[in-house]
Amino acid sequence: MLKLSRRFLLPYGIWMILFTVVPLGMVAYFAFFDQGQFTTAGITRIFSFMPNLLLSFKLALIATVVSLLLAYPFAYILSRKPERSRITYMMLMMLPMWMSFLLKTYAWMTLLEDTGIINNLLSALHLPTFHMINTEGAVILGMIYDFLPFMIMPLYTVMIKIDRSVIEAAQDLGANSAHILFRVVMPLSLPGIVSGVTMVFVPAVSTFYISQKLGGGKITLIGDIIESQFKQVYNFNFGSAMSLTLMILIFIVMGIMNHFDNEAIEGTLV
Amino acid sequence: MENKTIIQLKDIVVRFDGETILDRINLSIKDKEFVTFLGPSGCGKTTTLRIIGGFLYPDSGDLLFNGKKINDVPPHLREVNTVFQKYALFPHLNVYDNIAFGLKVKHLPKDEIHDRVMTMLKTVNLEGFEKRRIHQLSGGQQQRIAIARALVNYPKVLLLDEPLGALDLKLRKEMQIELKNMQQKLETTFIYVTHDQEEALTMSDTIVVMNEGEVQQIGTPQDIYNEPQNAFVADFIGESNIMNGVMHKDFWVEFGGQKQACVDKGFKPMQPVDVVVRPEDIDLVKPEEADLKGEVLSVVFKGVHYEITVACNGLEWIIHTTNAARVGEQVGLRFDPDDIHIMNKLFTRTTNLLTGTVVDEDTISFLQDLEMKRPGHGFAPGSSVQLTISPVDIQLVSEDHSDMVAYLETLIYKGAYNEVLLYVEKPEPMQLLVHTQNDEQVGTDVGLKFNFDQIKIEALPTAAGIPGTEKK
Repeated sequence: MLKLSRRFLLPYGIWMILFTVVPLGMVAYFAFFDQGQFTTAGITRIFSFMPNLLLSFKLALIATVVSLLLAYPFAYILSRKPERSRITYMMLMMLPMWMSFLLKTYAWMTLLEDTGIINNLLSALHLPTFHMINTEGAVILGMIYDFLPFMIMPLYTVMIKIDRSVIEAAQDLGANSAHILFRVVMPLSLPGIVSGVTMVFVPAVSTFYISQKLGGGKITLIGDIIESQFKQVYNFNFGSAMSLTLMILIFIVMGIMNHFDNEAIEGTLV
Repeated sequence: MENKTIIQLKDIVVRFDGETILDRINLSIKDKEFVTFLGPSGCGKTTTLRIIGGFLYPDSGDLLFNGKKINDVPPHLREVNTVFQKYALFPHLNVYDNIAFGLKVKHLPKDEIHDRVMTMLKTVNLEGFEKRRIHQLSGGQQQRIAIARALVNYPKVLLLDEPLGALDLKLRKEMQIELKNMQQKLETTFIYVTHDQEEALTMSDTIVVMNEGEVQQIGTPQDIYNEPQNAFVADFIGESNIMNGVMHKDFWVEFGGQKQACVDKGFKPMQPVDVVVRPEDIDLVKPEEADLKGEVLSVVFKGVHYEITVACNGLEWIIHTTNAARVGEQVGLRFDPDDIHIMNKLFTRTTNLLTGTVVDEDTISFLQDLEMKRPGHGFAPGSSVQLTISPVDIQLVSEDHSDMVAYLETLIYKGAYNEVLLYVEKPEPMQLLVHTQNDEQVGTDVGLKFNFDQIKIEALPTAAGIPGTEKK
């Protein structure tokens, strides 16, 4: 049995070596070697882009928190619905995921532009127009729009598994709706919160196209800087070094998150 | 035990998807009483419990708690607590926090919470378990925590929904006694739901026997066992010989091929009745010492007693006795008049009377879209006729070979065949009586095949109402 499963694991192992371990090694190599010369200049230079790094974390954090606040009630209400309406709502939620991220971001551009659809509509109604494109708000909106389904999915998956009788038991013991939410549903859905936050925060913090399209060059995130190192400056050393540092920073954030997760999981995996 | 009524159900009706789950339930539960709702699955016992718990609101009728109507009071404001079927413990909390949950949401002082939780852990024999995780506990331990979690709130009424269902037999028996002791010590009203008749007899002060969303009988375990109200109750509680009989006059009944004195009265002369004799009330004697004689068909050793089947006058009798018998042996069956329990039949007629409509000179339609050919029946097209269908002329078959489908309400073995009551919704709600050798699952849909040639056609008796529509 063991031998059989080992044989089936082999292709996956090869895949992971070729496309995870080797590229990671290459990133690490380029981070420390500039044209064959060992150097730590790339690693330390990231901190000269501190404002961009902080901005990336700030915007990603806001987008994650807003996504969580939007997704949580939706996932909870949905999980208590009869199966048929659950599927319909889930489909509607997932539908945008089947479209290209780039396309969706371009769509938001045409909506948010100073002479875009929203402002045109407002002026047609003789209402004041707004400057929306090329602001931090526009970038955050783009992040939320793109990544919200990744927050809903894990939350919904965890909540659907919460036994109805557990909630009834809480009611029976005198819990009102707030008690049920904070003392039962929240702790039981913590693993979903953790993976949802991870799945939104990680792509948001390292994004570059959302900031380019909706930030219009005024908002430069760390992802934009990494991209420009490879595509414009051709400084592979600095680009790789920065990727590596960002990865380590994300790792640290995840480590802190997982600390909460493990505590919750101990109780729920029965 | 003259206690006041704590919970009262008045004409409670629950419908779901057009189906009536509870049909006018009337019930009074006294304070400090151990009441059991007993019945087969789907009889409405859990639904009744959920009404009391507040997880379900009745479509009509009233629920009173200490005389006050609480129909619309949500569960968290009711003075009852529930032990759920699969315990429903909080998986993210340890034993202590599970039990303390109800007290914490009520913001009781920490010291009091601690004292009450610790006392409760002692009551359920789980001292020292407070830090344990729920998934580290066995089924029996989880069950005790669920009881402790409910009782720690000092509820006026504790609802228990088949709490012992998941435990093995030995543990279940122990817990039955423990629960009963707990109930007596705490003087709390327990409402207990089970499908296990032995459990109900062991624990209860009062048993409510339910079937098909209706209360069949309410009484002490002794009442229910010794004086079952109808054949369903007799069949469900304990083993019984249930026979068709005719009440000739007061204290005189004919059944099983003989006439015999009994202690019942108040039936109409020559009224068809169901007769129940418990297997342990029958003595096996020599053939010449009894009127009822027969041949032993089988002998099965059951530990405490032998279960002996005897064929008398074409009917099978079950006898529980400590005396062994040989297969093939001629024996006599003897029982006292007060061992004979006589009850009204579930279905008042002995045959099915239906109304048919004459389609043309060869065809008569009845029930829903059933058509029978009977060339030259001689009734005018468009008129109504009375059809008599004997219970033996309806066969239970698989649905795809059937003339129609009906819902199987009850099935009771009558010594030689199963007496089956079927429920038909259309064209109007009515019951059909069938005698069959088949064993079918009660509470399911079965296919019916009619012996059209044997159906008797007559002119409708005038002003007789619509035959066969009355229930019971």
